[in-house]
Amino acid sequence: MEIFLSQLGKGEKGIVKRLEGGYGFQRKLSSMGLRIGKQVRIFSYQPLRGPLVIEVDNMRIAIGRGMANKIIIEK
Amino acid sequence: MGNPNVGKSAIFSRLTGTDVIISNYSGTTVEFKKGSMLFEGKPAEIIDVPGTYSLDPTNKAEEVAVEMLEQGDLVINIVDSTNLERNLNLTFQLMEKDIPMVIALNLSDEAKHIGIDIDVKKLEELLNVPIIPTVGVTGEGIKKLVSKLPKAKNPKTKKHSDKERWNKTGNIIKQVQKTKHRHHTFLERLSDASVNPITGIPIAILILLFSFAIIRFIGEGLINYIFNPMFNLYTPIAMKISAFLPNFIHDILIGTLIDGKIDYTQSMGLLTTGLYVPIAMILPYIFAFYLILGFLEDFGYLPRLAVLIDNVMHKIGLHGFAIIPMLLGLGCNVPGALATRILESKREKFIAATLMAICVPCMAQMAMVFGLLGKYGIKGLGIVFLTLFVVWTILGLILNKTIKGISPEIFMEIPPYRIPYFKALLKKLWMRTRSFITTGIPYVLLGVFIVNILYSSGIISFIGKITAPVIVTILGLPKEAVGSLIIGFLRKDVAVGMLLPLGLTLKQLIIASVVLTMYFPCVATFAVLVKELGIKDMLKSAFVMIISTLIVGGLLNLVLPF
Repeated sequence: MEIFLSQLGKGEKGIVKRLEGGYGFQRKLSSMGLRIGKQVRIFSYQPLRGPLVIEVDNMRIAIGRGMANKIIIEK
Repeated sequence: MGNPNVGKSAIFSRLTGTDVIISNYSGTTVEFKKGSMLFEGKPAEIIDVPGTYSLDPTNKAEEVAVEMLEQGDLVINIVDSTNLERNLNLTFQLMEKDIPMVIALNLSDEAKHIGIDIDVKKLEELLNVPIIPTVGVTGEGIKKLVSKLPKAKNPKTKKHSDKERWNKTGNIIKQVQKTKHRHHTFLERLSDASVNPITGIPIAILILLFSFAIIRFIGEGLINYIFNPMFNLYTPIAMKISAFLPNFIHDILIGTLIDGKIDYTQSMGLLTTGLYVPIAMILPYIFAFYLILGFLEDFGYLPRLAVLIDNVMHKIGLHGFAIIPMLLGLGCNVPGALATRILESKREKFIAATLMAICVPCMAQMAMVFGLLGKYGIKGLGIVFLTLFVVWTILGLILNKTIKGISPEIFMEIPPYRIPYFKALLKKLWMRTRSFITTGIPYVLLGVFIVNILYSSGIISFIGKITAPVIVTILGLPKEAVGSLIIGFLRKDVAVGMLLPLGLTLKQLIIASVVLTMYFPCVATFAVLVKELGIKDMLKSAFVMIISTLIVGGLLNLVLPF
């Protein structure tokens, strides 16, 4: 099932399927290591539409909700 | 060159012996820094640059890195062993440039510790570039790195598309890296707890309160038990000097005697107040503040605070990472202003720099405010800091609404917690304290000197008369307080000190402390802000400063009931 990264529950895992948004945005995510085919796990949601903390490889990354709405995940 | 937070500055410092600030978060280094070392018997210039994830820069700091690359004859590529994939991707981008390279496989101790095993020999063969495992902070592998520099080479890689590059990286990782599964350590559990809102927010409040308490405890302890006794020993010597001096020189060196005695906070002489203020009133707090800040930086707490506070910061047009310039600004506004470079858009930089310059008092100024208002208990200090915080919030909301454009969202790596390396922590503390001693103290002395000239020449009473409508009518301060506003452009700490002899009431002290923080940055911060924002935006920012100072100062004068 394909969903947005921001729809994944806390502690759940998924594989990155697609990145939406502009080329610059996609590149920014990829160069930090958040790429298609990577497994991500939701670490925490900050309240009041705050950022998500996700785990990719050995990294923890904080990412805003709007950005997380441009990342399509296969659960 | 290398990704952010991989230890470039640590290795640079090891190679060149140059002092640079090293911390555990992305974006510590925002400027390039030059140093030199001996290379095959000749001096060679080494340049430390900000970290970048790719050669397409997304902020000012990354731009600096990419620009400097073009000037290099050789690249020391610092690779984070715990995150090989992403780092190799940048490595391939670097290889496509025609510059010889050696690789320092840094953080190799941490990689081992978390169960990552890298076959260095194999990686060296595959990349066809010399590779040396290193631990930057302890200096492990640095000698070997230097010995390999002459063997630096570029294997002439053709230009790849992003996809080809990632595939190539993936293939290499499969061949050289093995990871073992292992249990979570205590630090990792603590790390989890500090970004989880339910536990993270109480932890953040606890850490901030605790930090504040320790800073005051250490600061006051040093003043009461070390520096005050020291100056008590010095007093008889200064009195002897006082007896010998002719009037004119006496006024400048010793200042006014109060009841026939030296009063270190009021005499205003170079050898009395000029020494006492920076050494016995400010230095202890500078030391205490940077001890705590350094620990939090090296431990890796700041990015977590940025995540927790992100949603609040969005309301004022910033994202969580902007808390870092604010915190650095609490030490000194200059590094705070420089740190706005980690923010992507011009809008964010403007908001962050303006809010910091207006509402964040530096430690030197705060130490003086503590000295001035401390005896009134929590009432005086509480109102000053609460006012600044409220102004910060309201001004932020207004700027966010009135300045065109939107601010990007947070996108930031959270480094693992690391136990600070004690020697590195002490070195950083010493560098920052030394910077106050060598640049702060001379300026304080200069400030005290100028104060004397301005008073004795009658300039202050002249300007006082002209500005009386604003100073007296709106702000409710005596007209002599204008001298403090003039000196505040040079040094805010001296400016606060100048309030003491004026015999102000608590209400006037509160207003003066707030006004001195807000009205304009000191000259050092001003220079950095002009450079970072451009003269046009700086003028806009200055306009905001002056207007909001008059409004806030005037309101306090009307509202405060005592």
